[in-house]
Amino acid sequence: MSAQTSLIRTLIAERFGEAIEELGFSHGVHAFAVPPDMIVELCRFLKEHPALRFDFLSDICGVDHYPEMPRYEAVYHLYSLPNKWRVRIKCRLGDPPRVPSVTGVWRTANWHEREAWDMYGIRFEGHPDLRRIYMWEGFEGFPQRKDFPLRGYKDKLNPFGAEGPPPTQPDLATKDIP
Amino acid sequence: MTEVTELSLPEADAPHTREVLLNLGPQHPSTHGVLRLVLELDGEYVARVDPHIGYLHRGTEKLAESFTYTQIFPLTDRLDYLCPPSNNLAFALAVEKLLGIEAPIRAQYIRVLMAELARISGHLLIIGALPMDLGAMTALLYAMREREMIMDLMEMISGARMHTSFCRVGGVREDLPDEFFPKIREFCDIFPNRIRDYERLLENNRVFLKRTQGIGVISAADGIDLGLSGPNLRASGVDWDIRRDEPYEIYDRLAFNVIARDEGDCYARWRCRVEEMRESVRIIEQCLDQMPDGPFQIDMPTIAFPVDKDRVHCSMEALIQHFDLSAYGFKVPKGEVYSAIEAPKGELGFYIISDGSPKPFRMKVRAPSFVNLQALFGVTNARYLADMIAVLGSLDPVMAEVDK
Repeated sequence: MSAQTSLIRTLIAERFGEAIEELGFSHGVHAFAVPPDMIVELCRFLKEHPALRFDFLSDICGVDHYPEMPRYEAVYHLYSLPNKWRVRIKCRLGDPPRVPSVTGVWRTANWHEREAWDMYGIRFEGHPDLRRIYMWEGFEGFPQRKDFPLRGYKDKLNPFGAEGPPPTQPDLATKDIP
Repeated sequence: MTEVTELSLPEADAPHTREVLLNLGPQHPSTHGVLRLVLELDGEYVARVDPHIGYLHRGTEKLAESFTYTQIFPLTDRLDYLCPPSNNLAFALAVEKLLGIEAPIRAQYIRVLMAELARISGHLLIIGALPMDLGAMTALLYAMREREMIMDLMEMISGARMHTSFCRVGGVREDLPDEFFPKIREFCDIFPNRIRDYERLLENNRVFLKRTQGIGVISAADGIDLGLSGPNLRASGVDWDIRRDEPYEIYDRLAFNVIARDEGDCYARWRCRVEEMRESVRIIEQCLDQMPDGPFQIDMPTIAFPVDKDRVHCSMEALIQHFDLSAYGFKVPKGEVYSAIEAPKGELGFYIISDGSPKPFRMKVRAPSFVNLQALFGVTNARYLADMIAVLGSLDPVMAEVDK
């Protein structure tokens, strides 16, 4: 395990220098933190480097650390089919959360990113079709955020919901997706 | 199958040709649940397909944040409801990794045995349902007959036919009953012949072959790019099985073949599943032969109920601990884990972030069906509408897992 870790670490450090922070190895996964503007470059590097070949994108998910700052995180899980290694890449995001899309690197990122947008309102810039995926069009708010009540907001269809109107977030309304 | 890449366009001023928007679903027998497909049709060809999902969205991940770890097991049952023991196992393994514990060996054998039974039960449905979508009813009825045997075995083990919730963190809920062993041996004797029956029924059926062979071909590179996993990817020639490549539980003690094919078409995906069922029977037989005696639950009063219930009745401390465990659950150390298993549909991963409390801070389910369904975009461009039904059936999405 340690040989793997040091190989991945050295290769990343050679290419990106100090910008990428190492978060250690635990439960079979190497973890790294990366600034949002470098995510596409790092993913492409990990996918295409002949010694690493992290060619399989397992998962992308959003995390909300409310009330801590920076509040949001996009977490990527990569798998290398030839080497059988796993890597986790974390991207800490401010509010409103924005991160470049990796749909250009893996087509499978499309729905994962739509889910993270739908549930957390993380805007993936450059995504070809960033619409809600689970919730219906016209739904307000992002249900998996920590400040969204578990039972939703009260309205005529949801008599057991929490009082108060959903917070309006004009800058994140679905209409002005680039 | 003729490759349709460019459609012959009609005369520029022909008045009667235009694209038709067709709404398939959300209630339609061939969509395997509540899936709505908005299809742009150009004559018989599908020009564009836009799946709309979310009709079954229950917010499993959000709910899990307000449940204790033990309470989450029934939620995981309802992801891929054709094979709940696999989902239970995936979740239990993730939590156990965070806690730094391992279930006793007997419990691991029981879990693997149940997961493989579940794999057969999941595959049975699809190897029957795909021919049914294409017009051959018989296979499904036969498959249901064998599924009934598995349901009975599940009921014998756990008392529930579908939603077993039999796994616990650190083991399983109970030991296997004695009357289970002759029944499962009987099943293992009967079932390989039944698999042969399905094959004989369909592998020479010209209609079935014409409608599946060469249809919906996904290359290995495309499959990886689209994130396919499990039998869907192995049918495209990628020899990857998490049971063998990152062995969990006792899979490293078992001998089984990983089934892979090169064609990548609907028939290969169907065929892979049929052959995987044979391997599952082999695994079950080995589990029965190798299963040692011993505890079925870890002996750790802070995490699991005591195996010996009398302790609770006789000792004050044990009673308090029992109450504490039922009412508040157990604390899981701070940390993060991503743990994946080879579920019947593909890579089923649980990503759990724990903040040290008895409830997960964040639980993300990497649902294989969700990712597999997305591949529908990649393969159905400019094909017949009828072929798309075959592709959808062969990708085997379970909508409850897609929608979480």
